Amino acid sequence: MGRERALATAVMTTLDPKSRAASRGMSDIAIRNLFIIPTIVFLIVFNIFPLLYSLGYSFTDFRASSPAAANFVGLQNYRELLNDPFIWTNFAITAKYVIVSVVGQVIVGFGVALLLNRDIPFKGLITTLLLLPMMLSMAVVGLFWKLLYDPSFGIINYVLGLGRFEWLSNPDVALYAVAITDIWMWSPFVMLLSLAGLSAVPKHLYEAAAIDRAGTLYTFFRITLPLVAPILMIAIIFRTMEAFKTFDLAYIMTSQPTTEVISIRLYKMAFQEWQTGRSCALAYIVLIMVLAITNIYVKYLNKVKER
Amino acid sequence: MAAVRTSAEVAGNRVAIVAVLIITLIFLAPIYWIVSTSFKPRNLSTTIPPTVVFTPEVSPFVKLFTKRSQLREQPTPEEYEAAPWWERIVFDGGEKVVRDGKGNVQWSAYPNRFMNSLIIAITSTVFAVSMGTITAYGFSRFKVKGEGDLLFFILSTRMLPPVVVAIPMFLMYRTFGLNDTHIGLIILYTAFNLSFSVWLMKGFIDEIPKEYEEAALVDGYTRMEAFFKIVIPEAATGIAATAVFCFITAWNEYAFALIMTNRRAQTAPPFIPSQVGSGLPDWTVIAAGTFLFLLPVAIFTFLLRNHLLRGMSFGAIRK
Repeated sequence: MGRERALATAVMTTLDPKSRAASRGMSDIAIRNLFIIPTIVFLIVFNIFPLLYSLGYSFTDFRASSPAAANFVGLQNYRELLNDPFIWTNFAITAKYVIVSVVGQVIVGFGVALLLNRDIPFKGLITTLLLLPMMLSMAVVGLFWKLLYDPSFGIINYVLGLGRFEWLSNPDVALYAVAITDIWMWSPFVMLLSLAGLSAVPKHLYEAAAIDRAGTLYTFFRITLPLVAPILMIAIIFRTMEAFKTFDLAYIMTSQPTTEVISIRLYKMAFQEWQTGRSCALAYIVLIMVLAITNIYVKYLNKVKER
Repeated sequence: MAAVRTSAEVAGNRVAIVAVLIITLIFLAPIYWIVSTSFKPRNLSTTIPPTVVFTPEVSPFVKLFTKRSQLREQPTPEEYEAAPWWERIVFDGGEKVVRDGKGNVQWSAYPNRFMNSLIIAITSTVFAVSMGTITAYGFSRFKVKGEGDLLFFILSTRMLPPVVVAIPMFLMYRTFGLNDTHIGLIILYTAFNLSFSVWLMKGFIDEIPKEYEEAALVDGYTRMEAFFKIVIPEAATGIAATAVFCFITAWNEYAFALIMTNRRAQTAPPFIPSQVGSGLPDWTVIAAGTFLFLLPVAIFTFLLRNHLLRGMSFGAIRK
């Protein structure tokens, strides 16, 4: 089989395959269009068109709950939103959530990856078990964390000996409680990417460092960290983006005003207060922020890919 | 690593092993708690201190699948004797199984929501993976004008926050009567997964040497035949991994399902939390529903373990 292929490849180099292929069946260009265009059209119809639709609504006072027609109000929605201190509070809450959960995930995830990057028995099995949380449904597992956090019979208070400490109904703590659950779910993601980065560090660098009697800290900051940094950066940007968009966990676990991240505000504005026009404007503000982060993310993806 | 190890290294390794074990136990504790609660009798689910050792029961699962009402009066011994084992469990819990006029047992909403989840996740996966595979092939093998921009466009559709997309989709679906329908969610999940599927499949197809198809073209295959008879079989593992990832994403999705469905096409993720109403919820039943819902994903995670890195990084990082 292998020899046949090699032979065929050798023959092929003397012939132009494209002209032969073009003479039978569909041309390559027709196939390329047939394979690519439907997907692009599908994504335009179901992602871009709706966004244009909501861009139009963002300049109106439309309310989906009332039969009244939409009135054009120009930039009023945007002006009001950007001057609304409550919206900025939601953004501030989101920023706090992003920082706490991403920093937590990096510390835990990278830390565990460093521990796992040695001769550990059953390493494969342990790694897979540790990755389990990130594969599960945030909404369904988040719901169950309510039982774990329960002040009277939750196991968290019992194990930590905190008595009847309120986690989710305490406005000062609730956001951190949600972030802890997020850290539990997504540290494995950082760990997974860090492990890939760590395993790619050439062993001879460590051997050279050992010969030079370099200290552990020196080796870590001069060899390990710089080489893992690009992949770690991907993990950080991706998690930042996801934490910025977060909805499920905070929505399921608490209903405190202090945990109202921007997605929850948007959801309430659109589907509970039915301020459709205004929510479309807010959606656009969020969208531009997400696209900015996506852009950075893709740049890093391509950078790592080239290596 | 050096062949000769110092005692400090060995000790360090031991500390690391112990630390890893403790961390693994902490990470698995919430999952263990879900599984164990789903086999507990109700009165042991919320005790102080928490109950760790108990005799497992299947009563949460019986309650999960049946519609029940409070018992007004105890069943007669004859009734109790005549009842099947699972109905006795319900009697023992002080409730009775609701039956319709013909005496047929009424099911709870759970199996229906579980089926909705299955139908929607599987159908959208089939669409997303088949479209994603051919598009990935197109990008991988042919010159496409503005390829980088198109690929960025495709990926960016995946990064949009669900709530942002859901607002106009909700309005459009309302116009076309697609709210709370299976097809409505299938379209949304297909669109959501399609971009992921293109990116991941492109990585897998890039790895298949072009020479394979070119050799086939020389042998008289058409480009289409070469694609179906050579590329698809070579990419089978990649297709399977991509499919599992798409399935898991659709299976777990919450925000779209919450906004776009309420009854008929509701999937399990918005349904399970909606059972926690006011008052004291029966956590054993919620745990049972959660356990069954998480089980397929847990199994898939093990099957997929060697592809997790690739899938989670959109195909950018391979081992």
